[in-house]
Amino acid sequence: MTVDDVVKTLNLKVFCGEEGLSRQVENGYTSDLLSDVMGHADAGSIWITLQSHINIMAVASLKELAGIVLVKGNKPDEDTIRQSNIEGIPILGTDLEAFEISGRLYQLIRGA
Amino acid sequence: MRTYRADLHIHSVLSPCADLEMSPRNIVALAKSKGLDIIAVTDHNSTLHGPVVRKLAEPHGIKVLFGSEVTTREEAHCLCLFETEVQRLAFQQFIEINLPDVYNDPDRFGYQVEVNEEDEIIQQVDKLLISALNAGINEVEATVHRLGGLFIPAHVDRPMFSLISQLGFIPPTLKFDALEIFRNTDPADFMQKNKYLQNPALIKNSDAHYPQQLGTVVTNYMIHEPTLDEMAKAFKQEGGRKVVL
Repeated sequence: MTVDDVVKTLNLKVFCGEEGLSRQVENGYTSDLLSDVMGHADAGSIWITLQSHINIMAVASLKELAGIVLVKGNKPDEDTIRQSNIEGIPILGTDLEAFEISGRLYQLIRGA
Repeated sequence: MRTYRADLHIHSVLSPCADLEMSPRNIVALAKSKGLDIIAVTDHNSTLHGPVVRKLAEPHGIKVLFGSEVTTREEAHCLCLFETEVQRLAFQQFIEINLPDVYNDPDRFGYQVEVNEEDEIIQQVDKLLISALNAGINEVEATVHRLGGLFIPAHVDRPMFSLISQLGFIPPTLKFDALEIFRNTDPADFMQKNKYLQNPALIKNSDAHYPQQLGTVVTNYMIHEPTLDEMAKAFKQEGGRKVVL
């Protein structure tokens, strides 16, 4: 499954980093503490968070994440968008809360 | 030039988590007994107790900076310090615009009381002061600096509510004046773990919520006079000024 498949199935908005839509999605991780994500997220994960600070891109890049989903209508900061495009790691968006979108992503990845 | 002992992170009764004994009068008496030269009362998302503490401290020759420990949208705690009442009022307005409409439950979180110089209660603040502002850390930093204040991320290496816990590491583009490290942290150990930092000014404060904590952790400033401007220069090590942990 690619990030693009997840975008289409879960009806996500694509803010930036379109180049990375072909990345493979292996797993998911939900957390708003970047220190926790740095320690525990697996490579190839879609990361669900409400944090929009530029540091999310550094963490995503370091952990080789497939993409980031911002919840509750949150939008990435301008410098975060720039970095996403440079890294080719997409930032996606949903109006749903973390609980809802995590459940749907779990279904998609593990449900089959 | 001389050394000034400073504790720039003190909570008063206005902070729901602080002891009711932390009244402006008691804070000044404690600061005096601990031999402090400079203090800042930094309540969560409020600067309201600054003026009364300054008024009470003045006769004792203790300098009081205005300020607050702000919770940014990322839930990182940051000390925002100011010199003048004009700056304080402008920053208080910024806080009030960005504080969410969530109300305090004193049974759960504790009382948020503003008191006068006689320790009499003037008001209970209704909105919960430990909420996160609707303003990201960069916006808070820009606002503090636009007003001429000092921006100092608080207890940056604590496992919760710190810049590092919330954002993973100190953002390289963040324009801070100094970093407050946790009271038990060894500065050399901190620098060893955070090698990407370029010679930042490190300070320590008590983060006192109880009377017995006030002044137990301080930072010494080698400066000409106890002003915000001189402290800013000490952070940059200008003209021999310096910060000694």
